[in-house]
Amino acid sequence: MILGKNPLVDSKVKRRDFLTLSTKTAIALGLSPAFIPKMTKALEKKEKPAVIWLHFQECTGCTESLLRARGVDLATLILDVISLEYHETLFAAAGHQIEDQLQAAMKRYAGKYVLVVEGSIPTKENGHYCMIGGRTAMEILKETAENCAAIIAIGSCASWGGVQSSGPNPTGAVGVQSLITNKPVVNIPGCPPNPYNFLSTVVHYLTFNKLPTHDKQGRPKFAYGTLIHDQCERRGHFNAERFVNEFGDEGHRRGWCLYKMGCKGPMTFSNCPEIGFNRYLKWPVAIGHPCFGCTEKAVGYTIPLHTKAEVLNPNPPQVYARPQEPTNQGTSLVAAGAIGAAIGVAGTAIAVKAKKLPDSEEE
Amino acid sequence: MEIKRRNFLKGLAGAGAGVAAAPLISGTALARESKKLQEDHVGMLYDNTRCVGCKSCEVACKRANNLPVELDASGIYDAPRDLSEKTMNIIKMYKDEEGQAYVKRQCMHCVDPSCVSGCPVSALNKEPNGIVTWDPDACCGCRYCQMNCPFNIPKFQYNDFYGRIVKCEMCINTNLPKQGQPACTEACPNDAVIFGKVTSLLDEAKRRIKQSPHIYVNQVYGEKEGGGTSVIYLSKVPFEKLGLPNLPDHSQASVSESIQHSLYQGLIAPIVIYAGLAAIAFKNRSGDKEE
Repeated sequence: MILGKNPLVDSKVKRRDFLTLSTKTAIALGLSPAFIPKMTKALEKKEKPAVIWLHFQECTGCTESLLRARGVDLATLILDVISLEYHETLFAAAGHQIEDQLQAAMKRYAGKYVLVVEGSIPTKENGHYCMIGGRTAMEILKETAENCAAIIAIGSCASWGGVQSSGPNPTGAVGVQSLITNKPVVNIPGCPPNPYNFLSTVVHYLTFNKLPTHDKQGRPKFAYGTLIHDQCERRGHFNAERFVNEFGDEGHRRGWCLYKMGCKGPMTFSNCPEIGFNRYLKWPVAIGHPCFGCTEKAVGYTIPLHTKAEVLNPNPPQVYARPQEPTNQGTSLVAAGAIGAAIGVAGTAIAVKAKKLPDSEEE
Repeated sequence: MEIKRRNFLKGLAGAGAGVAAAPLISGTALARESKKLQEDHVGMLYDNTRCVGCKSCEVACKRANNLPVELDASGIYDAPRDLSEKTMNIIKMYKDEEGQAYVKRQCMHCVDPSCVSGCPVSALNKEPNGIVTWDPDACCGCRYCQMNCPFNIPKFQYNDFYGRIVKCEMCINTNLPKQGQPACTEACPNDAVIFGKVTSLLDEAKRRIKQSPHIYVNQVYGEKEGGGTSVIYLSKVPFEKLGLPNLPDHSQASVSESIQHSLYQGLIAPIVIYAGLAAIAFKNRSGDKEE
């Protein structure tokens, strides 16, 4: 059985797919259904927006994640929704051929194309750690960003450096927003990011002609506005203090909270628990691995994987104090009696001893 | 110099008699009755048959009153074990073989509060609407209110140089003016704790007991206990199990104020005591002269 659409049989894109995409995106963006026709219209425009997709220091995980999006597949996206002008992984062309295509696209769509950046940009040694077609990543980014309309930085690497920028950061890797400051940049962090957050951002741009509202870290609020901990399916176990103490133990098999295994959910903002990844709506915590905070600059690749997270909003657990807590205050009658007796004995002993002493005044 | 044992005892007996006689002289006219519940008094009714122990009220209380979290040993939960200088409202649970019952502990806002009676500087006051408030500008930090409270409610910030008294004030300066009710009653998802005039709450409590007598203990805690409280309780288990003390029907304040006011009425007791002391002193001096 093939889950979803079989790309080999059903390669023709139907209107239904557009509607599905529009509806799902509207839900992901938290928009009213009234926007669905507007979105569909935007998606069906004859002139599709040009997209130039750059790869720098990365693992191509972001593209791989996008390949596994549910509802709309990559083919729909690149063939019908956008006009993909340059993508090193997906293009059949290579060498001078593809470099010429990049230059041509930049000229043809000057000021109109959307630039998608995947991977961090090395800055040490003039950026010589990452070179494509004889030019450094910094040069390529600078050139392509010059005439773009907007930049979408996909993945944690392009957002702020990701794994390459963690100490000691030998290549001086940085994200797009540290190099390009005169263009609107939106970050879709994650390792990999959820393809739906990327697609929703693209559709938002096509529909409203602007990037979605974002937070201080440049992340769209519709996707990175909620704390993972608050949406987590294992939250009930956290509140009841039922924790996994070891991988494979009783609690792990029962699906208890992974906080003690170093889950960074309490300090990471993302919609992972709500929309899940791939077609199976799963995400790391659902399959028994602690969240490692990839969507937070200060968490993923910065705080060690199994270090306990800081809980941003501590709440009362679902365990209760007793009406009257036992205290150590107060003395029992027996104890009081024993202490009294001891004092009495000591006092008598001193008195007896004192009587035996010679009375110096009399002598 | 020598105080004769006999004289000393005489003087002592005289002074003692004076002290003992003072209340008798003044009579019982000063005996103070417990103060009465007023129509305007507002309060809360907590019904533990409705409470689900979600602790929403605890969270709402801390948020509304800007109280700090009280982390437990694990450092991840805001888990107070009792009322404290960081917690004005707490849900506790009584459990035995037969089942469990929650109890919400907070200031009871007594009709005749001992803390108000005991406060030497009038920092604690009973407002016209029945809420017992604390005035930081008047407070001298003596903590008599802590010692006087029969419910062990007021807490003091011992770790703070400018320590304050912390207790529920029914959100009088926070949620009450904004939302018309305290944060806890606003947050409760099951109406286990409700806000209103105490007289109507008492009627409601009695109505509930009458309607389903098999689930409630036939008593509204706070109707009479300690002279009555503005926060009243309905329960499915006996109240002493919930840590609510068994108090007489008159207020502590009425007893202590009766004694104190009788003793000091017209300054009779002090005059008698000082007269006795003066007599002893005079006697001793005259003894010196004789020698």
